[in-house]
Amino acid sequence: MAAVLVSTTINGDSVEFACPPEESLLDALRDRLGLTGVKEGCGTGDCGACSITLDGRLVCSCLVLGAEADGREIATIEGMAENGTLHPLQENFIEHAALQCGICTPGFLMAAKVLLERNSNPTETEIRYALAGNLCRCTGYDKIVRAVQATAKEMRQLDKKKSRRKKS
Amino acid sequence: MANDPSYTKQKLKVIGSRVKRPDGVDKVTGRAKYGADHNAPGQLVALFLRSPHAHARIVKISTARAEKLPGVKAIITSDDLPDLTNGDAGARDMLENCMARGRALYDGHAVAAVAAVDEQTAKKALKLIKVTYEILPHVTDVDEALKPDAPVIHDYLYTTGVDPKPTKPSNLYNVAEFGHGDVEKGFAQADVVIEKSYKTEQVHQGYIEPHACVASVNSDGTGELWVTTQGHFTYRSVCATLLGMDIAKLKVTSSEIGGGFGGKTHVWIEPVALALSRKANRPVKAVMSREEVFRASGPASSTSIDVKIGAKKNGTITAGFAALRYQGGPFPGAIPGMPWAAIGAMTSFACYNLANVKTLGYDVVVNRPKVAAYRAPSAPMIAFAVESTIDMVAKELGIEPLDLRIKNAAREGTRACYGPVYGPIGIGATLKAVKNHPHMRAKLKKNQGRGMACGFWFNFGGQTCADLNIATDGSVTLTVGTIDVGGSRASLSLIAAEELGIPYEQVKAHIGDTGSLGHNDTTEGSRGTFSSGMAIVFAARQAIDILRERAAIMWDIPVESVVWKAGHAKAEGKKYSKLKRLSLADIAAEAPNTGGPIAGHNESVPDNAGVSFASHICDVEVDPETGGTRVVRYTVIQDAGKAIHPTYVEGQMQGGAAQGIGWALNEEYIYGDDGRLQNPGFLDYRIPVCSDLPFIDTQILEIPNPNHPYGVRGVGETSIVPPLAAIGNAISNAVGVRMDHTPMSPPRILKALEQLDAS
Repeated sequence: MAAVLVSTTINGDSVEFACPPEESLLDALRDRLGLTGVKEGCGTGDCGACSITLDGRLVCSCLVLGAEADGREIATIEGMAENGTLHPLQENFIEHAALQCGICTPGFLMAAKVLLERNSNPTETEIRYALAGNLCRCTGYDKIVRAVQATAKEMRQLDKKKSRRKKS
Repeated sequence: MANDPSYTKQKLKVIGSRVKRPDGVDKVTGRAKYGADHNAPGQLVALFLRSPHAHARIVKISTARAEKLPGVKAIITSDDLPDLTNGDAGARDMLENCMARGRALYDGHAVAAVAAVDEQTAKKALKLIKVTYEILPHVTDVDEALKPDAPVIHDYLYTTGVDPKPTKPSNLYNVAEFGHGDVEKGFAQADVVIEKSYKTEQVHQGYIEPHACVASVNSDGTGELWVTTQGHFTYRSVCATLLGMDIAKLKVTSSEIGGGFGGKTHVWIEPVALALSRKANRPVKAVMSREEVFRASGPASSTSIDVKIGAKKNGTITAGFAALRYQGGPFPGAIPGMPWAAIGAMTSFACYNLANVKTLGYDVVVNRPKVAAYRAPSAPMIAFAVESTIDMVAKELGIEPLDLRIKNAAREGTRACYGPVYGPIGIGATLKAVKNHPHMRAKLKKNQGRGMACGFWFNFGGQTCADLNIATDGSVTLTVGTIDVGGSRASLSLIAAEELGIPYEQVKAHIGDTGSLGHNDTTEGSRGTFSSGMAIVFAARQAIDILRERAAIMWDIPVESVVWKAGHAKAEGKKYSKLKRLSLADIAAEAPNTGGPIAGHNESVPDNAGVSFASHICDVEVDPETGGTRVVRYTVIQDAGKAIHPTYVEGQMQGGAAQGIGWALNEEYIYGDDGRLQNPGFLDYRIPVCSDLPFIDTQILEIPNPNHPYGVRGVGETSIVPPLAAIGNAISNAVGVRMDHTPMSPPRILKALEQLDAS
């Protein structure tokens, strides 16, 4: 079957690619666009290593077809740091040793970012359930949860400062 | 002095600080390159055809139709992989494991491989390969395999380690015995003797990154391999041996490793990818699917174990006996002469000071995938059996289990159950820490129970080779040959900074490819930071000698008058008081005029890795309606010797405990009567997820290893050893059932509760 032409936005940039209709978005991102920060751990939606956002929604890119990305907005780990400044989650994952081998890290960061955008003050349980779709075999999750907690606190303080500045 | 490994008791400045890992930014931004992230121009895609049968004779493989498919560039079967192993049985088994030779020995065993222009074409080609199988009787259970009427998997396998030599082949390939004293006498002296049998099901290391490589063999016979591995030097020698290449002509570059835990210590797809590349004369990329990872790589042994422990009323253990039956898949396994059950047998009673102890390791072949090391390989299963039985003995005697362990704990001077006499060790200290830990006094709720257990691991040194180079601006690069599986680039940089007296930030560590260093053994046995760290200490001491010589030339004074202090060369003596100390940068800048580049290097076999002990405390809550069990609180106490980077040591302790919790409660290979694996995916082989676990508390103890300059012991593996028994003991204390079969899954616990009700 002929390849499908896909026009999409990835990390803010317009991108066009052609892929076979049966190809997963994960394969398209990795093999056609060189975005190898998106990892494949299972290809069946069980491990979360390939997590990205599609129009702001957290998805396993292995369960989406490349063709489905047409006209939509994708964010991957490669777009998380802005102009060389790490996102507070990225900083805290390093600071709190929330990664060892690091293969699951891009997926965890995407999932944690979506969580904190929706809930700036999650409980430990909320964090654990929000991240339950991402498998990590190295850390036992302890330091991952702590890194997310620390980030949430930091970002809330930052928001407070910002809103105070606005008022004054 | 330069190569003296003795503990120096020196005051440490940067070691023990919680610096940021040098690979951190790459890993949080997606830039770090793992096995599947490497691509070569013009590469083909390799896919494997695998046996759907547990045991079958391969009557015929016809590849003609697949070969004609446009885009297919090479197909290989065992016919393309002649046996060049020259009597090396281990290498031959490895070859046969990579590609079936006449017989498929397990569900998932590779029988053919295809290289094609893309994945779609390779998939089509696999469907066009026709294999005619003659199904043979199979056996997947370790106890079944030992029965007299079991199908014998190999007609060439005669049990070793027994006298007289057997006259018939069987699935029992080795018997190993360890111990000392007289156990019969010991049991006769006992007031209480407890005997119990246990089973543990097969588990997988569960690394999130599947095996992956890019292989490229040129027409001149040279080759390159980019691969995710725990030991690129080992992969190089094994691949070269299997393919008849000169070892030096194959260059292996290791990628970042996305978890290994022992599962990436030996080759699987790599020799086949190289053979495909050689045949197609193009680079070939091979990546396992998750299903292939489960069916055809990794797992740890499933086991069946008997334990017998006797003790006096006062709590003195008079004798310990264990019989361990471990399956290693279809081949005699592990290190030659040291198969899986033998390793387990050695660890059995290593935590205890016993006058009479005997352990027997029975190694068995079955129709399951070839077993690979899994973090403290073979130890968690026997620890489950021994530590559960210890709790039963304590209950029978009316002694606190912790006190029984303290009374019988091994100490300096104890003869270990596997032979050697211990130096300074940490088991007693971890038990004392348990006693003092607030966790032991915390209140428990309904259906909750607390358990504890101990664990041991040998640790390992092995062949090691490292370079330390001073760059022209005085910054320092390390080139090491052990794979960084848990943050060793940070710990090794800390070690170099400590020795040289410079800040951590001035050092950058790299993993060298096989062209840049001499042979390094695989990163296993918790040896990365221990042995490469030792090599870095020696390399740094050598570099310091050279730096002193260069400073002496610059000052034109005798080298004896130059000392190295706080990262600087300093001239000693009143007459040199006007000479301003020289930094690394000062000396490096003058290197062109004083003798050239400055470097230190070391090649060694650091021995005496320093045995490691841990004690774990665990609270569980059991739902009596469903049998579901949750770990509600967990504490790991472990002797690290010296924690180079305490946060990363904690990470090892927490990660191992989490894997042990999965092993205890959920994880299990399920085989059908047809010998096929029924749950080769993360959905049905469920490893712990974030919402399954509590925070895992840690307490690091530091009982120095006398054979390391800073007292370091390996820390990576011991933490997976105690959890199975700690959880079993906690379940017993919560709901009164003694579990003897892992995983202690809801159906097994429910069944045990029903039996308890009935009795």
